[in-house]
Amino acid sequence: MTNPASRKLSRRKLIVGGLAATAGVAGLGVAARIAQKYGLVPPDHGGIYGLGETLTYASQRLLTRHSLAREFPKSQISQPPFANEVEPPSDQFKRFQAGHFADWRLDVDGMVARPTSFSLDQLKSYPSQSQITMLQCEEGWSYIAEWIGVPLSHVLDVVGALPQARYVFYFSIEPDTWETIDMADALHPQTLLTYGMNGDELPVGHGGPLRLRVPRQVGYKNVKFINHLTVSDNLKGFGKGLGSASADAGYAWYAGI
Amino acid sequence: MARMESAQVPLPTSAPSSAASVPAATARPRHSALVRITHWITTLSFLALLVSGFEIVISHPRFYWGETGNVRTPALFQIPIPASRHLVQTGYGYVLPDQNGWSRYLHFQAAWIAVLTGLLYVISLLFTGHLRKDLLPNRSDLSWRSFSTTLASHLRFAKPSEEEAWSYNLLQRLSYLFVIFVLFPSVIWTGLAMSPAFVSAFPATVNLLGGQQSARTLHFFVSLALLLFLLVHVGMIFLAGFSSRMRAMISGQPLTHKERT
Repeated sequence: MTNPASRKLSRRKLIVGGLAATAGVAGLGVAARIAQKYGLVPPDHGGIYGLGETLTYASQRLLTRHSLAREFPKSQISQPPFANEVEPPSDQFKRFQAGHFADWRLDVDGMVARPTSFSLDQLKSYPSQSQITMLQCEEGWSYIAEWIGVPLSHVLDVVGALPQARYVFYFSIEPDTWETIDMADALHPQTLLTYGMNGDELPVGHGGPLRLRVPRQVGYKNVKFINHLTVSDNLKGFGKGLGSASADAGYAWYAGI
Repeated sequence: MARMESAQVPLPTSAPSSAASVPAATARPRHSALVRITHWITTLSFLALLVSGFEIVISHPRFYWGETGNVRTPALFQIPIPASRHLVQTGYGYVLPDQNGWSRYLHFQAAWIAVLTGLLYVISLLFTGHLRKDLLPNRSDLSWRSFSTTLASHLRFAKPSEEEAWSYNLLQRLSYLFVIFVLFPSVIWTGLAMSPAFVSAFPATVNLLGGQQSARTLHFFVSLALLLFLLVHVGMIFLAGFSSRMRAMISGQPLTHKERT
């Protein structure tokens, strides 16, 4: 250390290192701002699992924003279709069921030009779409079914979702059952407000009369018994503000993996 | 302790004279800093993947072949363990607590870290000569005779020779190459093939495997193969001399300071 040359060198190293570190931090800051601007940052980007979630979500949004979930031939529809267990229905739900869901409403509010309450018949009057896609549960099991419904994007068009919208909340009539998706998934052509299955009504066991199908995300994002949508530019105001009941229970918000 | 056969058959000296004659006081580490760092990051990530993967599996310990599978379809096999959900009949009278929230978070985060670390390691293979020097078998070792000699000494649980502290033997080289270029890529592939969003953009990743449930089953078996590697690897460390092998992978020097001077 007495050698002035070596001290000079270490000072130079220090300066270079400092500059590099500063540039690195600044670079990260810029990267974070760009990522934020292009919608590459998931709501659960903080915390100990934030790194993995951000890498997953950003990669998915860069690589798969417009890609379509795999569709299958009719012959691959699971026979019999498997319905996951659901909680015993509430009295409120039973009343709707007794009336064959004639009074079922889908209320759409939040950042929309025309908040609307839709009946099932109204939803069925829109151009319907059907897809034969797989539903896979995060536990590991899966089945294939034909899902019939109206694309969520069509309903968002009807109510006039505002350009600053970033998320769509969707709520089940059953308590503590709700999720959110970003606009990439909300406007995706395969995201369906589903009222039919395998050429028939959507059975209650599968979420009838109305279920939101998000075929590029696993089961828990496909909420049953939907009666309320809210369009928003943030995730605050519901539950713990994490954007879904599953996230409140410790699950990842984005489940396309 | 010299081995009996070393007198009779030429030892499978993977890195011939240079390795055996490494001067005790040399500053050159047994493993480069990059190898040591990536080794331990991979170790931690892999352990996290194992634990979280096991937690995820016990939520549905049934496996299938093909595109779909659930409790109404025949299983390929079922692991005879209790489950963390009610759906699967396990024969046990209880259901374990659901741990999938943190398990899935940890699994995917550890997967990212393992993949990025692995990528750094594989790229460094190309630039440092590590692949040619340490992993690819030497031409002289590529014979059945040399292979069977190494295999036989392994099957006898013989303690490795001194020079093997400085260079991988043939069996080591082959198994490391298999883990790096077959098992790890397979476990990444079969993992990605289970992601509904990933396969929407790259459907061939799952179609080539014969379906999403096939991918899940294969992912399970490749993970088992990696676990088997881990167990044998750790067993060999103990056989070869735990402290010297650990020192080599931590500080880079297999010998203590005292042994070197």
